[in-house]
Amino acid sequence: MTISENNNNTSKADIMILTGNHAAAHAFRQARVGVVSAYPITPQSPVVEKIAEFVADGSLKARFVMVESEHSAMALLCAASATGSRVGTATSAHGLELMYEMLPWAAGNRLPIVLNLATRSLGAPWSVWTDHQDFVTIRDVGWIQLFCENNQEIYDTNLQAFKIAEDSRSFLPVICAYDGYILSHTAMPVKIEPQDQIDNFLPLLNHHINLGDITTVKGIDPVTTPNVVKREEGTAPGYYEYRYALQKSLEHSISIIQEVHNEFAEKFGRSYGNGLYKTISTDDAETIIFAMGSVASQSRVAIKKLRNDGLKVGLASLKLFRPFPSEDLRKLFKDTRNIVVFDRDIGYGYEGVLSYELKAALYGLKERPNIKGFIIGLGGRDVKTDHIISGVKKAMEEFKEGIFTNKTEFLGLNLDELKDYDESNYFKGG
Amino acid sequence: MEIPEEEYIYPGTRACSGCGMALIYRIALKALGPNTIITVPASCLTVLHGMQGFCTTKVSVYHTPFATTGASASGILASLEDKELADKITVLAFAGDGGTTDIGIQALSGAAERDTNFIYACYDNEAYMNTGVQRSGSTPIGVQTATTPEGKLVHKKNMPKILEAHGIPYVATANASYPLDLYEKFKKAKDIKGSKYIHILSPCPPGWGYEPKNTIIVGRLANETGFWPLYEVLNGKFELSKPSRRYSDSSKRKPIREYLNAQKRFKSIDTSILTAYQNYVDSLWKEINRRIEDD
Repeated sequence: MTISENNNNTSKADIMILTGNHAAAHAFRQARVGVVSAYPITPQSPVVEKIAEFVADGSLKARFVMVESEHSAMALLCAASATGSRVGTATSAHGLELMYEMLPWAAGNRLPIVLNLATRSLGAPWSVWTDHQDFVTIRDVGWIQLFCENNQEIYDTNLQAFKIAEDSRSFLPVICAYDGYILSHTAMPVKIEPQDQIDNFLPLLNHHINLGDITTVKGIDPVTTPNVVKREEGTAPGYYEYRYALQKSLEHSISIIQEVHNEFAEKFGRSYGNGLYKTISTDDAETIIFAMGSVASQSRVAIKKLRNDGLKVGLASLKLFRPFPSEDLRKLFKDTRNIVVFDRDIGYGYEGVLSYELKAALYGLKERPNIKGFIIGLGGRDVKTDHIISGVKKAMEEFKEGIFTNKTEFLGLNLDELKDYDESNYFKGG
Repeated sequence: MEIPEEEYIYPGTRACSGCGMALIYRIALKALGPNTIITVPASCLTVLHGMQGFCTTKVSVYHTPFATTGASASGILASLEDKELADKITVLAFAGDGGTTDIGIQALSGAAERDTNFIYACYDNEAYMNTGVQRSGSTPIGVQTATTPEGKLVHKKNMPKILEAHGIPYVATANASYPLDLYEKFKKAKDIKGSKYIHILSPCPPGWGYEPKNTIIVGRLANETGFWPLYEVLNGKFELSKPSRRYSDSSKRKPIREYLNAQKRFKSIDTSILTAYQNYVDSLWKEINRRIEDD
């Protein structure tokens, strides 16, 4: 997809036409990643295919290990990171779920791994198309989770991700997500920054474990006890202290994420809101749409139309999902009358995940905004401007009537077309 | 061959008395020396290693989730290659039979298929001992475990053969009761490039049901009855190891029941299982003798 090839060590920026997947791969190349391990899965595969190409043609000097499963890919990266290399990979949906065991392992060990997620729905039934279910399902494992809305943002966020992950105040793994196909396979112009400036922005990794330095003997991760252990040989933390440290680092990482975002913006002239979320037309908005990724992108179109209809609607597009930036969101929404949340995911058995996360985050505000959540676009169902407009209007009607419910409402369902389907009972809903 | 006096395990580990694994680990580390990084999955070896914050060995150890030993070793190696340190450091994976033949077989097979330059040692105590003696794919037929109260119904998996089928340069079997043979095999593996697999029978007093003082005797019976032949396959060439050579001749082997009777775990076996054992040992040696003739 590239219209021009750029070399390492040039001091010239370059505009390339890149898919989201290739934008991520170029960021890995310029970050001079040392070890990449992966397993193919749609729609992520072009990321690692491109990295394989970079390694083969010598433009990236890295160890590229194609393993037999995503579980092994993440296990391999954990070990490689602990041995002292800059590491990363990419996956989607079932691949991420297969990695699951290794995700809290990476976080608990404070390993600065960067993982790209081309989002995809989870089976069953099989679907290769996008929604955000894979992304939200790993919200409790201790990773920093960022979402991107365009291919330039994928490139920029990846470079920032390594810097955030490898900051000695955090040492946390980071996931960079973007919608499968919508971004992963769509080409658009991406500015590739000069290698020397990337090198300047992203210093070499200096991790505290670094097993590769055999002059210091380390026993990494044998069994911890419930309590702190004190012995003649020394003192060791209990599991509880380790997990306290992880949580506090995640809480603190919000300021590091903003710091890195601002440094990047100053250096390269591109910023993404405040690094935590992006706001569009929120200043005078009575109603603000809250969404992520492809849903936020479609909402940008919807708010223009809604404003043409005389409704003061704005958009807050969430970039940082974990740690959830609740304090900043409380400030953003303190004077907002209405919030409409569109979730391309569900906390099954409850409601859309963004919806309930936001409700929890705004708990305690003196003036409580009205909040209604909708489910939209699961399994790659089109997220249409009209769906968003009708959702906003429906929410405003309900707010007027004083209706507040956690019951989910799906936009863009086509149940009528299933009347003649053999198992139609199945689709009638509770 | 002299085994060096230098120890790489500090005294006072949490292994059980008479533990075959502790003996194997001690000898293996002596053979590999100080420039080694070890990866260990959940297993009795995690218990030996003790608590976070302290290291039982004089070389670094990275513990990894159960299924991931082969991948973890691949990761350490990939990073060493990235940092151009791979020529100076040996990567050793050390896992139990459950972690190798069951949950870890996929990652191990992947690492072997990639001819990852590492040594994979499986210490085989023939069940999940660390979690209270449940059957594994490496538990022999007839053995009573917590999950086979009436005895296991099928034979153990022949893991060395599976690894041999990967075409890796070195596969060997060993036995805790033959430390010199064990030492030589690790020493040899260290100097071979590519994937090396050493499968070591590891007698286990609490799991097998015998007095801790009898570990060496029980391990020797496994060899003397022909149940666990010691051999190596170097670049496809099969060779019986010295302690097992005389048992090519079936008349030299002790009756299998001497091995079985020495352990409580076989107490429920009947004559049909005993016959199954004899057939198992006979077919094992038939194949070995055929391979020796072929070479």
